[in-house]
Amino acid sequence: MGSFWEYANPKRFTQVVDRVLPAVSGLAVAALVAGLIWGFFFTPDDYRQGSTVKIIYLHVPSALLAINAWLMMLVASLVWLVRRHHVSALAARAAAPVGAVMTVIALLTGAIWGQPMWGTWWAWDPRLTSFLILFLFYLGYIALWSAVENDDTAADLTSVLCIVGSVFAILSRYAVNFWNQGLHQGASLSMDKEENVADVFYIPLLVCIAGFVLLFIALVLLRTRTEIRARRTRALLAREVTA
Amino acid sequence: MTALLIRDLRLAVRAGGGFGLGLAFFLIVVVLVPFAVGPAMGLLERIAPGVLWIGALLACLLSLDRIFALDREDGSLDLLAVSPLPLEGVVAVKALAHWLTTGLPLVAVAPVLGLLLSLPGKGVIWLVVSLLAGTPALSVIGTFGAALTVGLKRGGLLLSLLVLPLYVPTLIFGAEVARAGATGLDTATPLVLLAAVTCVAVALLPFASAAVLRMNLR
Repeated sequence: MGSFWEYANPKRFTQVVDRVLPAVSGLAVAALVAGLIWGFFFTPDDYRQGSTVKIIYLHVPSALLAINAWLMMLVASLVWLVRRHHVSALAARAAAPVGAVMTVIALLTGAIWGQPMWGTWWAWDPRLTSFLILFLFYLGYIALWSAVENDDTAADLTSVLCIVGSVFAILSRYAVNFWNQGLHQGASLSMDKEENVADVFYIPLLVCIAGFVLLFIALVLLRTRTEIRARRTRALLAREVTA
Repeated sequence: MTALLIRDLRLAVRAGGGFGLGLAFFLIVVVLVPFAVGPAMGLLERIAPGVLWIGALLACLLSLDRIFALDREDGSLDLLAVSPLPLEGVVAVKALAHWLTTGLPLVAVAPVLGLLLSLPGKGVIWLVVSLLAGTPALSVIGTFGAALTVGLKRGGLLLSLLVLPLYVPTLIFGAEVARAGATGLDTATPLVLLAAVTCVAVALLPFASAAVLRMNLR
Protein backbone atom coordinates (compact mmCIF):
# COMPACT_ATOMS: atom_id res chain seq x y z
CA MET A 1 0.00 0.00 0.00
CA GLY A 2 1.67 3.15 -1.16
CA SER A 3 0.18 6.57 -1.53
CA PHE A 4 -3.49 7.01 -2.33
CA TRP A 5 -2.50 8.78 -5.53
CA GLU A 6 -1.08 5.57 -6.99
CA TYR A 7 -4.61 4.69 -7.96
CA ALA A 8 -4.69 7.76 -10.19
CA ASN A 9 -2.67 5.70 -12.64
CA PRO A 10 -5.32 4.47 -15.12
CA LYS A 11 -3.73 1.05 -15.30
CA ARG A 12 -3.63 0.59 -11.53
CA PHE A 13 -7.15 1.96 -11.36
CA THR A 14 -8.59 -0.53 -13.84
CA GLN A 15 -6.77 -3.40 -12.11
CA VAL A 16 -8.28 -2.43 -8.77
CA VAL A 17 -11.70 -1.94 -10.32
CA ASP A 18 -11.51 -5.36 -11.94
CA ARG A 19 -10.91 -6.87 -8.54
CA VAL A 20 -13.33 -4.77 -6.49
CA LEU A 21 -16.28 -4.29 -8.83
CA PRO A 22 -17.90 -7.76 -8.49
CA ALA A 23 -17.87 -7.50 -4.71
CA VAL A 24 -19.26 -3.97 -4.67
CA SER A 25 -22.02 -4.80 -7.16
CA GLY A 26 -22.90 -7.96 -5.26
CA LEU A 27 -23.12 -6.10 -1.98
CA ALA A 28 -25.20 -3.37 -3.60
CA VAL A 29 -27.70 -5.89 -4.95
CA ALA A 30 -27.81 -7.74 -1.62
CA ALA A 31 -28.37 -4.58 0.39
CA LEU A 32 -30.99 -3.23 -2.01
CA VAL A 33 -32.93 -6.50 -2.14
CA ALA A 34 -32.76 -6.96 1.61
CA GLY A 35 -33.57 -3.36 2.44
CA LEU A 36 -36.43 -3.01 -0.01
CA ILE A 37 -38.06 -6.34 0.90
CA TRP A 38 -37.66 -5.59 4.59
CA GLY A 39 -39.00 -2.09 4.08
CA PHE A 40 -41.90 -2.98 1.84
CA PHE A 41 -43.19 -6.14 3.54
CA PHE A 42 -41.91 -6.26 7.09
CA THR A 43 -42.53 -2.78 8.43
CA PRO A 44 -45.92 -1.55 9.62
CA ASP A 45 -47.96 1.12 7.84
CA ASP A 46 -47.76 4.62 9.18
CA TYR A 47 -50.81 5.60 11.19
CA ARG A 48 -51.45 8.71 9.12
CA GLN A 49 -49.79 8.06 5.78
CA GLY A 50 -50.79 4.40 5.41
CA SER A 51 -48.63 2.32 3.12
CA THR A 52 -47.50 5.33 1.08
CA VAL A 53 -44.83 5.91 3.70
CA LYS A 54 -42.86 3.04 2.18
CA ILE A 55 -41.75 5.13 -0.76
CA ILE A 56 -39.30 6.60 1.71
CA TYR A 57 -37.03 3.62 0.96
CA LEU A 58 -36.55 4.89 -2.57
CA HIS A 59 -37.05 8.58 -2.08
CA VAL A 60 -34.63 9.36 0.74
CA PRO A 61 -31.63 7.36 -0.57
CA SER A 62 -31.96 8.72 -4.10
CA ALA A 63 -32.31 12.29 -2.85
CA LEU A 64 -29.30 11.82 -0.61
CA LEU A 65 -27.24 10.53 -3.51
CA ALA A 66 -28.43 13.20 -5.92
CA ILE A 67 -26.77 15.80 -3.72
CA ASN A 68 -23.73 13.74 -2.76
CA ALA A 69 -23.05 12.76 -6.37
CA TRP A 70 -22.67 16.45 -7.15
CA LEU A 71 -20.42 16.82 -4.13
CA MET A 72 -18.30 13.93 -5.36
CA MET A 73 -18.09 15.56 -8.79
CA LEU A 74 -16.97 18.78 -7.11
CA VAL A 75 -14.18 17.00 -5.26
CA ALA A 76 -13.14 15.09 -8.38
CA SER A 77 -13.15 18.33 -10.39
CA LEU A 78 -10.91 20.02 -7.83
CA VAL A 79 -8.53 17.04 -7.89
CA TRP A 80 -8.41 17.25 -11.68
CA LEU A 81 -7.71 20.99 -11.66
CA VAL A 82 -5.02 20.71 -9.00
CA ARG A 83 -3.31 17.41 -9.72
CA ARG A 84 -4.38 16.72 -13.34
CA HIS A 85 -5.21 13.05 -12.84
CA HIS A 86 -7.29 11.91 -15.77
CA VAL A 87 -9.06 9.25 -13.75
CA SER A 88 -10.45 11.97 -11.52
CA ALA A 89 -11.92 13.93 -14.42
CA LEU A 90 -13.37 10.76 -15.90
CA ALA A 91 -14.92 9.79 -12.57
CA ALA A 92 -16.63 13.17 -12.37
CA ARG A 93 -17.91 12.66 -15.88
CA ALA A 94 -19.08 9.15 -15.06
CA ALA A 95 -20.94 10.29 -11.95
CA ALA A 96 -22.96 13.02 -13.66
CA PRO A 97 -25.60 10.89 -15.44
CA VAL A 98 -25.95 8.68 -12.37
CA GLY A 99 -26.55 11.74 -10.22
CA ALA A 100 -29.02 13.11 -12.74
CA VAL A 101 -30.98 9.84 -12.70
CA MET A 102 -30.98 9.90 -8.88
CA THR A 103 -32.44 13.40 -9.02
CA VAL A 104 -35.16 12.20 -11.36
CA ILE A 105 -35.93 9.22 -9.11
CA ALA A 106 -36.20 11.52 -6.09
CA LEU A 107 -38.49 13.91 -7.97
CA LEU A 108 -40.67 11.12 -9.41
CA THR A 109 -41.07 9.19 -6.17
CA GLY A 110 -41.80 12.47 -4.43
CA ALA A 111 -44.50 13.28 -6.97
CA ILE A 112 -46.04 9.81 -6.65
CA TRP A 113 -46.09 10.19 -2.88
CA GLY A 114 -47.29 13.77 -3.03
CA GLN A 115 -50.34 13.01 -5.14
CA PRO A 116 -52.27 11.11 -2.44
CA MET A 117 -50.69 12.92 0.52
CA TRP A 118 -50.54 16.57 -0.49
CA GLY A 119 -53.23 16.20 -3.16
CA THR A 120 -50.88 17.42 -5.87
CA TRP A 121 -48.12 15.99 -8.04
CA TRP A 122 -46.05 19.11 -7.78
CA ALA A 123 -45.81 22.12 -5.50
CA TRP A 124 -43.38 24.99 -5.74
CA ASP A 125 -41.91 24.05 -2.42
CA PRO A 126 -38.29 25.11 -1.75
CA ARG A 127 -36.95 21.56 -1.57
CA LEU A 128 -38.74 20.42 -4.68
CA THR A 129 -37.71 23.53 -6.56
CA SER A 130 -34.07 23.30 -5.58
CA PHE A 131 -34.03 19.70 -6.73
CA LEU A 132 -35.40 20.76 -10.07
CA ILE A 133 -32.66 23.39 -10.29
CA LEU A 134 -30.08 20.77 -9.34
CA PHE A 135 -31.38 18.63 -12.21
CA LEU A 136 -30.89 21.58 -14.59
CA PHE A 137 -27.31 21.92 -13.35
CA TYR A 138 -26.72 18.24 -14.09
CA LEU A 139 -28.13 18.68 -17.59
CA GLY A 140 -25.89 21.65 -18.31
CA TYR A 141 -22.84 19.81 -16.98
CA ILE A 142 -23.52 16.71 -19.09
CA ALA A 143 -24.27 18.81 -22.16
CA LEU A 144 -21.00 20.73 -21.81
CA TRP A 145 -19.04 17.47 -21.52
CA SER A 146 -20.51 16.14 -24.73
CA ALA A 147 -20.21 19.43 -26.62
CA VAL A 148 -16.46 20.02 -26.27
CA GLU A 149 -14.36 17.94 -28.63
CA ASN A 150 -10.96 18.06 -26.97
CA ASP A 151 -11.06 15.76 -23.93
CA ASP A 152 -8.72 17.76 -21.71
CA THR A 153 -10.39 21.06 -22.50
CA ALA A 154 -13.76 19.47 -21.77
CA ALA A 155 -12.47 18.25 -18.41
CA ASP A 156 -11.12 21.72 -17.57
CA LEU A 157 -14.27 23.56 -18.58
CA THR A 158 -16.66 21.20 -16.83
CA SER A 159 -14.55 21.33 -13.67
CA VAL A 160 -14.84 25.10 -13.49
CA LEU A 161 -18.54 24.86 -14.30
CA CYS A 162 -18.94 22.35 -11.48
CA ILE A 163 -17.27 24.69 -8.99
CA VAL A 164 -19.16 27.81 -10.06
CA GLY A 165 -22.35 25.75 -10.33
CA SER A 166 -21.93 24.48 -6.78
CA VAL A 167 -21.79 28.03 -5.45
CA PHE A 168 -24.87 29.03 -7.40
CA ALA A 169 -26.71 25.83 -6.50
CA ILE A 170 -26.23 26.58 -2.80
CA LEU A 171 -27.24 30.18 -3.42
CA SER A 172 -30.38 29.01 -5.22
CA ARG A 173 -31.15 26.65 -2.36
CA TYR A 174 -31.37 29.58 0.05
CA ALA A 175 -32.96 31.90 -2.50
CA VAL A 176 -35.92 29.56 -3.03
CA ASN A 177 -36.28 29.22 0.74
CA PHE A 178 -36.75 32.93 0.80
CA TRP A 179 -39.13 32.88 -2.14
CA ASN A 180 -41.73 30.40 -0.94
CA GLN A 181 -42.83 28.65 2.21
CA GLY A 182 -42.15 24.95 2.53
CA LEU A 183 -44.59 22.06 2.38
CA HIS A 184 -41.95 19.36 2.62
CA GLN A 185 -41.31 17.71 5.99
CA GLY A 186 -38.02 18.18 7.81
CA ALA A 187 -35.02 15.90 7.65
CA SER A 188 -35.72 12.17 7.85
CA LEU A 189 -32.26 11.44 9.16
CA SER A 190 -30.01 13.55 11.26
CA MET A 191 -27.53 13.24 14.05
CA ASP A 192 -30.08 14.94 16.21
CA LYS A 193 -32.29 12.03 17.30
CA GLU A 194 -35.33 14.22 17.91
CA GLU A 195 -36.01 14.62 14.22
CA ASN A 196 -35.49 11.07 13.00
CA VAL A 197 -38.15 8.81 11.61
CA ALA A 198 -39.37 6.06 13.94
CA ASP A 199 -37.01 3.18 14.65
CA VAL A 200 -39.04 0.56 12.74
CA PHE A 201 -38.47 2.50 9.55
CA TYR A 202 -34.99 3.62 10.49
CA ILE A 203 -32.97 0.42 10.13
CA PRO A 204 -34.36 -0.79 6.77
CA LEU A 205 -33.90 2.78 5.55
CA LEU A 206 -30.25 2.66 6.52
CA VAL A 207 -29.88 -0.64 4.65
CA CYS A 208 -31.48 0.91 1.58
CA ILE A 209 -29.20 3.92 1.77
CA ALA A 210 -26.19 1.62 2.00
CA GLY A 211 -27.52 -0.23 -1.05
CA PHE A 212 -27.94 2.98 -3.05
CA VAL A 213 -24.48 4.21 -2.09
CA LEU A 214 -22.90 0.90 -3.11
CA LEU A 215 -24.87 0.96 -6.34
CA PHE A 216 -23.61 4.47 -7.03
CA ILE A 217 -20.01 3.44 -6.34
CA ALA A 218 -20.35 0.38 -8.57
CA LEU A 219 -21.85 2.41 -11.42
CA VAL A 220 -19.22 5.12 -11.21
CA LEU A 221 -16.38 2.59 -11.13
CA LEU A 222 -17.88 0.72 -14.05
CA ARG A 223 -18.46 3.85 -16.14
CA THR A 224 -15.00 5.21 -15.38
CA ARG A 225 -13.38 1.95 -16.38
CA THR A 226 -15.40 1.87 -19.59
CA GLU A 227 -14.32 5.41 -20.41
CA ILE A 228 -10.66 4.59 -19.76
CA ARG A 229 -10.90 1.56 -22.04
CA ALA A 230 -12.73 3.53 -24.72
CA ARG A 231 -9.98 6.14 -24.68
CA ARG A 232 -7.28 3.51 -24.88
CA THR A 233 -9.04 1.92 -27.84
CA ARG A 234 -9.25 5.27 -29.56
CA ALA A 235 -5.58 5.95 -28.95
CA LEU A 236 -4.60 2.52 -30.30
CA LEU A 237 -6.75 2.96 -33.38
CA ALA A 238 -5.26 6.39 -34.03
CA ARG A 239 -1.77 4.93 -33.73
CA GLU A 240 -2.64 2.18 -36.21
CA VAL A 241 -3.98 4.64 -38.73
CA THR A 242 -0.84 6.75 -38.63
CA ALA A 243 1.37 3.65 -38.86
CA MET B 1 -8.78 49.23 -20.56
CA THR B 2 -10.61 52.37 -21.54
CA ALA B 3 -9.57 51.86 -25.14
CA LEU B 4 -10.95 48.33 -25.07
CA LEU B 5 -14.18 49.55 -23.51
CA ILE B 6 -14.61 52.26 -26.14
CA ARG B 7 -13.82 49.78 -28.90
CA ASP B 8 -16.39 47.29 -27.62
CA LEU B 9 -19.03 49.96 -27.22
CA ARG B 10 -18.40 51.24 -30.75
CA LEU B 11 -18.60 47.75 -32.21
CA ALA B 12 -21.86 47.12 -30.40
CA VAL B 13 -23.52 50.38 -31.40
CA ARG B 14 -22.50 50.43 -35.05
CA ALA B 15 -24.31 48.52 -37.76
CA GLY B 16 -24.48 44.78 -37.25
CA GLY B 17 -23.67 45.05 -33.58
CA GLY B 18 -27.18 44.14 -32.56
CA PHE B 19 -27.51 47.01 -30.15
CA GLY B 20 -31.22 47.59 -30.70
CA LEU B 21 -31.95 43.89 -31.02
CA GLY B 22 -32.14 43.18 -27.31
CA LEU B 23 -34.42 46.15 -26.72
CA ALA B 24 -36.73 45.15 -29.56
CA PHE B 25 -36.84 41.61 -28.20
CA PHE B 26 -37.69 42.92 -24.73
CA LEU B 27 -40.50 44.99 -26.21
CA ILE B 28 -41.88 42.05 -28.19
CA VAL B 29 -41.86 39.70 -25.20
CA VAL B 30 -43.77 42.23 -23.12
CA VAL B 31 -46.24 42.91 -25.93
CA LEU B 32 -46.88 39.20 -26.45
CA VAL B 33 -47.76 38.53 -22.81
CA PRO B 34 -51.18 40.26 -22.84
CA PHE B 35 -52.05 38.32 -25.99
CA ALA B 36 -51.27 35.11 -24.16
CA VAL B 37 -52.90 35.75 -20.79
CA GLY B 38 -55.67 38.17 -21.76
CA PRO B 39 -55.89 41.94 -21.37
CA ALA B 40 -57.41 42.05 -17.85
CA MET B 41 -55.66 44.92 -16.08
CA GLY B 42 -55.69 43.36 -12.63
CA LEU B 43 -53.95 40.21 -13.78
CA LEU B 44 -51.41 42.13 -15.84
CA GLU B 45 -50.65 44.38 -12.93
CA ARG B 46 -49.97 41.37 -10.74
CA ILE B 47 -47.68 39.55 -13.13
CA ALA B 48 -45.96 42.67 -14.56
CA PRO B 49 -42.83 42.58 -12.35
CA GLY B 50 -42.21 38.92 -13.17
CA VAL B 51 -42.84 39.36 -16.88
CA LEU B 52 -40.52 42.35 -17.09
CA TRP B 53 -37.81 40.48 -15.24
CA ILE B 54 -38.12 37.43 -17.48
CA GLY B 55 -38.08 39.68 -20.52
CA ALA B 56 -34.94 41.45 -19.35
CA LEU B 57 -33.28 38.13 -18.61
CA LEU B 58 -34.03 36.69 -22.05
CA ALA B 59 -33.03 39.90 -23.82
CA CYS B 60 -29.75 39.77 -21.92
CA LEU B 61 -29.24 36.14 -22.94
CA LEU B 62 -29.79 36.98 -26.59
CA SER B 63 -26.66 39.07 -26.92
CA LEU B 64 -24.33 36.93 -24.80
CA ASP B 65 -22.72 34.86 -27.53
CA ARG B 66 -21.53 38.06 -29.20
CA ILE B 67 -19.27 38.92 -26.29
CA PHE B 68 -16.41 36.68 -27.37
CA ALA B 69 -17.50 34.92 -30.57
CA LEU B 70 -16.69 37.72 -33.03
CA ASP B 71 -13.37 38.53 -31.37
CA ARG B 72 -12.50 34.85 -31.47
CA GLU B 73 -13.32 34.60 -35.18
CA ASP B 74 -11.10 37.46 -36.31
CA GLY B 75 -8.31 36.58 -33.89
CA SER B 76 -8.46 39.69 -31.74
CA LEU B 77 -9.23 37.53 -28.71
CA ASP B 78 -5.81 35.87 -29.04
CA LEU B 79 -4.21 39.30 -29.24
CA LEU B 80 -6.09 40.41 -26.14
CA ALA B 81 -4.92 37.28 -24.34
CA VAL B 82 -1.25 38.04 -24.99
CA SER B 83 -1.61 41.78 -24.38
CA PRO B 84 -0.16 43.29 -21.19
CA LEU B 85 -3.69 43.71 -19.87
CA PRO B 86 -4.55 40.78 -17.57
CA LEU B 87 -7.23 38.56 -19.01
CA GLU B 88 -9.34 39.10 -15.91
CA GLY B 89 -9.40 42.80 -16.77
CA VAL B 90 -10.36 42.06 -20.37
CA VAL B 91 -13.23 39.89 -19.21
CA ALA B 92 -14.42 42.49 -16.72
CA VAL B 93 -14.33 45.23 -19.35
CA LYS B 94 -16.22 43.06 -21.78
CA ALA B 95 -18.86 42.35 -19.17
CA LEU B 96 -19.10 46.06 -18.45
CA ALA B 97 -19.49 46.82 -22.15
CA HIS B 98 -22.20 44.18 -22.39
CA TRP B 99 -24.00 45.73 -19.46
CA LEU B 100 -23.74 49.25 -20.89
CA THR B 101 -25.13 48.15 -24.24
CA THR B 102 -27.74 45.67 -22.98
CA GLY B 103 -28.51 46.00 -19.29
CA LEU B 104 -28.61 49.77 -19.01
CA PRO B 105 -30.92 50.32 -22.03
CA LEU B 106 -33.22 47.63 -20.62
CA VAL B 107 -33.39 49.52 -17.34
CA ALA B 108 -34.13 52.71 -19.26
CA VAL B 109 -37.07 51.33 -21.23
CA ALA B 110 -38.48 49.20 -18.41
CA PRO B 111 -40.69 52.03 -16.99
CA VAL B 112 -42.39 52.50 -20.37
CA LEU B 113 -43.06 48.79 -20.69
CA GLY B 114 -44.21 48.78 -17.07
CA LEU B 115 -46.89 51.28 -18.06
CA LEU B 116 -47.97 48.97 -20.88
CA LEU B 117 -48.58 46.28 -18.26
CA SER B 118 -50.35 48.79 -15.98
CA LEU B 119 -47.71 48.63 -13.28
CA PRO B 120 -48.45 51.30 -10.64
CA GLY B 121 -46.02 54.21 -10.22
CA LYS B 122 -44.50 52.91 -7.01
CA GLY B 123 -43.91 49.56 -8.66
CA VAL B 124 -42.12 51.22 -11.58
CA ILE B 125 -39.59 52.83 -9.25
CA TRP B 126 -38.81 49.57 -7.52
CA LEU B 127 -38.67 47.73 -10.83
CA VAL B 128 -36.03 50.16 -12.06
CA VAL B 129 -34.11 49.85 -8.80
CA SER B 130 -34.20 46.06 -8.91
CA LEU B 131 -33.12 45.95 -12.57
CA LEU B 132 -30.35 48.42 -11.88
CA ALA B 133 -29.08 46.25 -9.03
CA GLY B 134 -29.61 42.92 -10.82
CA THR B 135 -28.61 43.38 -14.46
CA PRO B 136 -24.85 43.73 -13.75
CA ALA B 137 -24.98 40.22 -12.29
CA LEU B 138 -26.76 39.00 -15.43
CA SER B 139 -23.97 40.43 -17.60
CA VAL B 140 -21.15 39.01 -15.48
CA ILE B 141 -22.70 35.55 -15.20
CA GLY B 142 -23.46 35.65 -18.90
CA THR B 143 -19.85 36.52 -19.67
CA PHE B 144 -18.80 33.41 -17.76
CA GLY B 145 -21.19 31.32 -19.86
CA ALA B 146 -19.93 32.94 -23.05
CA ALA B 147 -16.34 32.21 -22.05
CA LEU B 148 -17.26 28.56 -21.43
CA THR B 149 -18.81 28.08 -24.86
CA VAL B 150 -16.55 30.32 -26.95
CA GLY B 151 -14.80 27.43 -28.68
CA LEU B 152 -17.96 25.60 -29.69
CA LYS B 153 -19.49 25.74 -33.13
CA ARG B 154 -23.11 25.71 -32.02
CA GLY B 155 -22.72 27.09 -28.55
CA GLY B 156 -25.83 29.27 -28.50
CA LEU B 157 -28.29 26.71 -27.21
CA LEU B 158 -25.82 25.21 -24.78
CA LEU B 159 -25.04 28.71 -23.54
CA SER B 160 -28.65 29.24 -22.48
CA LEU B 161 -28.77 25.83 -20.80
CA LEU B 162 -25.65 26.69 -18.81
CA VAL B 163 -26.47 30.28 -17.96
CA LEU B 164 -30.17 30.15 -17.10
CA PRO B 165 -29.79 27.99 -13.95
CA LEU B 166 -27.11 30.41 -12.79
CA TYR B 167 -29.60 33.25 -13.17
CA VAL B 168 -32.02 31.73 -10.66
CA PRO B 169 -30.90 33.60 -7.49
CA THR B 170 -30.75 36.96 -9.29
CA LEU B 171 -34.18 36.41 -10.78
CA ILE B 172 -35.73 35.37 -7.48
CA PHE B 173 -34.43 38.33 -5.52
CA GLY B 174 -34.89 40.82 -8.36
CA ALA B 175 -38.49 39.88 -9.06
CA GLU B 176 -39.14 39.79 -5.32
CA VAL B 177 -37.97 43.40 -4.98
CA ALA B 178 -40.16 44.50 -7.87
CA ARG B 179 -43.16 42.54 -6.60
CA ALA B 180 -42.83 43.70 -3.03
CA GLY B 181 -42.39 47.28 -4.26
CA ALA B 182 -45.51 47.12 -6.41
CA THR B 183 -47.64 45.84 -3.54
CA GLY B 184 -46.15 48.24 -1.00
CA LEU B 185 -44.35 45.63 1.11
CA ASP B 186 -40.89 45.93 2.60
CA THR B 187 -38.22 45.76 -0.12
CA ALA B 188 -35.10 46.13 1.99
CA THR B 189 -34.35 42.43 2.59
CA PRO B 190 -34.59 41.18 -1.00
CA LEU B 191 -32.84 44.28 -2.27
CA VAL B 192 -29.87 43.76 0.03
CA LEU B 193 -29.69 40.10 -0.97
CA LEU B 194 -29.92 41.01 -4.66
CA ALA B 195 -27.13 43.54 -4.25
CA ALA B 196 -25.08 40.91 -2.42
CA VAL B 197 -25.48 38.42 -5.28
CA THR B 198 -24.45 41.10 -7.77
CA CYS B 199 -21.44 42.22 -5.74
CA VAL B 200 -20.14 38.69 -5.26
CA ALA B 201 -20.69 37.82 -8.91
CA VAL B 202 -18.93 40.98 -10.10
CA ALA B 203 -16.04 40.43 -7.71
CA LEU B 204 -15.39 36.72 -8.30
CA LEU B 205 -16.74 35.59 -11.65
CA PRO B 206 -14.26 37.50 -13.86
CA PHE B 207 -11.53 35.27 -12.42
CA ALA B 208 -13.48 32.13 -13.33
CA SER B 209 -14.27 33.54 -16.77
CA ALA B 210 -10.63 34.39 -17.42
CA ALA B 211 -9.53 30.92 -16.29
CA VAL B 212 -12.05 29.31 -18.60
CA LEU B 213 -11.02 31.55 -21.46
CA ARG B 214 -7.39 30.54 -21.02
CA MET B 215 -8.40 26.87 -21.18
CA ASN B 216 -10.36 27.54 -24.35
CA LEU B 217 -7.55 29.44 -26.04
CA ARG B 218 -4.86 26.89 -25.21
